[in-house]
Amino acid sequence: MTDSGLRARSPLEGATLAIDSTSTLGIRELPFLVQVGLRADPADEPLMSRLTTVLGARPPTDPNTTSISEDGTNQVLWLGPDEWLVLGEPGTAGALESKLRSALDAAAGAVVDLSANRTAISVSGPRARESLAFGCAIDLEPPAFGPGRCAQTLLARANVIIVPVGPADEPAFRILVRPSFAGYLATWLVDAAVGLD
Amino acid sequence: MLLVPCPHCGPRDETEFKYGGQAGIAHPADPESLTDAEWLDYLFLRDNPKGPWRERWVHTAGCRRWFDVTRDTLTNEFGDIGG
Repeated sequence: MTDSGLRARSPLEGATLAIDSTSTLGIRELPFLVQVGLRADPADEPLMSRLTTVLGARPPTDPNTTSISEDGTNQVLWLGPDEWLVLGEPGTAGALESKLRSALDAAAGAVVDLSANRTAISVSGPRARESLAFGCAIDLEPPAFGPGRCAQTLLARANVIIVPVGPADEPAFRILVRPSFAGYLATWLVDAAVGLD
Repeated sequence: MLLVPCPHCGPRDETEFKYGGQAGIAHPADPESLTDAEWLDYLFLRDNPKGPWRERWVHTAGCRRWFDVTRDTLTNEFGDIGG
């Protein structure tokens, strides 16, 4: 196969995410995070156990919670009573999609690769929570919002999914945002970080 | 701003929601047999009580689910959620 010269570009490629050298807040893009949308009936126990087997984690039925596969490669976010978003490492979309689709089998539901639908921004550092709180109305403090939780909400008026990662004393958040809002949100995050000093 | 109680996500800011008007307005079972007056009633006429009533909301910026809730139009206090 010849090299076509084509190359994937992430939405925030080339964006300036640096704050200043003294800032403890780290803002960076996690490009090409794999995201596969899953719709299934949580009352269909055989289906749920097949999904649990292929994912290594049971899709959570508690609102706004997540589960992580045993090997740590996939995280399953609750998006609705019959809807989840499965996160994975870049480059694994095809494999993840096909194993979920085989688990779904003939049951009613859907498995769709949504990786290009949102990009991920990582915000980390001791004051990460404060910087997000400038533009987010929900309670970001643990235990209301610690690891194992997720939230679909508005951050600086942009639709986002916020996933806390890391321990409470070293907070880090993954923010999933639509590509068309990514540049705006990244600029807003840098601006909010400057406001902390 | 109202704090709207989403049955899934809990209380969230009103800006995360869209309003859906009065709850319990069923689509006519036999639409072609409706008179003009009945169409008018179905399409446009809604209750306007002073006090508690059932209304629809959709959590557009969250779980994107529709639900019914009781709200007191006098005090804006929310009551029973569900549906």
